[in-house]
Amino acid sequence: MIKTAVPIMLLCVSLNAQNPSAKEIIDKVDKNMSADSRVFTSRMIIHSPRNTRTIESKSWSMGENKSYTEYLSPPREQGTKMLKLDNLLWIFSPSTDRIIQISGHMLRQSVMGSDLSYEDMMEDPHLLNHYTGKVEGEEKISDHDCWKITLTAIGADVAYQTQKIWVDKIRFIPLRKELYAKSGVLLKRMELSDILQIQGRWFPKKMLFKDVLKEGDGTEFLIMDIEFNTKIPDYIFSKASLKK
Amino acid sequence: MIRFLLKGILRDRQRSLLPVIVATIGVMLTVALFCWMNGFLNDSIELNARFSTGHVKIMTAPYARNIDQIPNDLALTGVDSLMMKLKREFPGIKWQQRIHFGGLIDAPDSSGETRSQGPATGFGIDLLSGDRSDIERFNLEKSLRRGKLPAHQGEILISELFSQKLKVNPGDTVSLIGSTMNGSMTMYNYTIAGTIVFGSPAIDQGSVIIDLKDVREALDMNNAAGEIIGYLPDNYYDDKIAEQVVTRFNLLFPPSGDEYAPVMTTLRKQNNLGQMMDQISQVGGFVVFVFVLAMSLVFWNAGLLGGLRRYLEFGTRLAIGEDHSHIYKTMIYESILIGLIGSVTGTLIGLAISLYMQKHGLDIGSMMKNSSIMMPSVFHSRITAPAFIIGFIPGLLSTIAGTALSGIGIYKRKTAQLFKELEA
Repeated sequence: MIKTAVPIMLLCVSLNAQNPSAKEIIDKVDKNMSADSRVFTSRMIIHSPRNTRTIESKSWSMGENKSYTEYLSPPREQGTKMLKLDNLLWIFSPSTDRIIQISGHMLRQSVMGSDLSYEDMMEDPHLLNHYTGKVEGEEKISDHDCWKITLTAIGADVAYQTQKIWVDKIRFIPLRKELYAKSGVLLKRMELSDILQIQGRWFPKKMLFKDVLKEGDGTEFLIMDIEFNTKIPDYIFSKASLKK
Repeated sequence: MIRFLLKGILRDRQRSLLPVIVATIGVMLTVALFCWMNGFLNDSIELNARFSTGHVKIMTAPYARNIDQIPNDLALTGVDSLMMKLKREFPGIKWQQRIHFGGLIDAPDSSGETRSQGPATGFGIDLLSGDRSDIERFNLEKSLRRGKLPAHQGEILISELFSQKLKVNPGDTVSLIGSTMNGSMTMYNYTIAGTIVFGSPAIDQGSVIIDLKDVREALDMNNAAGEIIGYLPDNYYDDKIAEQVVTRFNLLFPPSGDEYAPVMTTLRKQNNLGQMMDQISQVGGFVVFVFVLAMSLVFWNAGLLGGLRRYLEFGTRLAIGEDHSHIYKTMIYESILIGLIGSVTGTLIGLAISLYMQKHGLDIGSMMKNSSIMMPSVFHSRITAPAFIIGFIPGLLSTIAGTALSGIGIYKRKTAQLFKELEA
């Protein structure tokens, strides 16, 4: 009896190890992608139907709800600053010396004409806090074996009701994402690449966003440098810092 | 014979007064209504042409397809060279660059925080280059309610209603929050130079007028424009000439692989104006038809009454040997004369009323407070060449038709019974 049971148990344990649950996979993805705080410099290359523009910015974020971005170039955008606290966003324009607040659905508008929304750019959500997952199968993306997982939002406070993600089985990084509206309409596609190990975690340095409702060849979001879990002074996330 | 009939009409007022009055009233109404509809059409076309459509308009094809969204990301580029070519190839046409845009006008409080904010429809037009065409076309000097016209870069005009809504006054600074040609959010500060009232509720509710150069700066549209608008010579829209211009333009700019190549369209093909023009023309024809029909019935009735009154006269004329058809013919001639007199007097009175309405117009602004359609709130009549003759159609046709119907009774009179009737 024992002779039969032990191998079966070992087989179960082994199978379980080979096929982690969606929750386990998402948790590992969160550990790679999210952090208590992040400071990064990025370059956004926007491939519009008529031209290509490059915008550089530096961002500070803390947790899921605090984020601050300052645009470094081109000259027209230089000095523009954005502060997002929960669901409110303030934008400072140096040419007007004014701070304008936007909120609600405006946060889902395009940033600088790119394929990213303000929420895409400034939020760092832990997937496990907002979605439940289901492993749909396995697929290969760029020669990497991936889990295909469907994420369904737990509440209504997320930008995308459903996400389909293809997670690298080894590095636990999504290599592809499809973001859907509540109606089931596909809104955006993302391809994540140039995955490097930074501060002991895997992280993609290149993300290609494509808003499928928009013309153009998408927006490349390149991480130039990034620091995780670094200490950020509180004043950064205050309206006073916008005019500094 | 004409002189004889005319004397009869003038001397026997019982014979002519009622028909002449009826013809005059009918013709007067026809002429006045015709001029009114002409004016309505002209005012609507003129307003659309000045503010939006021009007589011909050049855009990119994708911009034209999505024009309701004011898609400046699909605007024309390289407009300086395009303008040079247009001026060279179409010297009789006045070309103007325009940038329509949407956005928010934000009025700050003393600490720079938003005090009031409202959605705005913007017109980027040439205010400061020294060419006053757009200033005149938008009738800005007469539309100015407070303040002055912009004299320097950074100064704008805002509709009076909008200024009241935002609680701003000339001299105040407001910020335009909009979207650049590339889709970036843009903020730009302007000083309000003055407030304006156009008289079209759709425009007056939330419009701002900014110099083209300032708009270009704010919307990052250097050497670009949403539209290039052309006005035909004499500032008069003629569909045939406009179509000829389009044909020539298409020869000069043949379709290429460039999705954003300029395309031209006529006023008639914009804002459903063609449909409106056709409908008003059809309504005009219908109105004339209705007047002819109604007046014919009146004249038929008047002819029957006249026939009864002149029963003895016709009997005597038949008795002394006048032919039925001759009497019938003289009645028709009489009706032509009555129709002519009625048409002339009716046309004169109708034109006088139209002239008054052409000058003063009818203000229906109170009925259009919440209208979102670009229509003038004061409608004027417009006297055109056809107005001088259109009244003659119902005036003559109806009198002739009425008399022709009532006069048929003449043929029913039998000579054998005439003497019995006369004796009685």
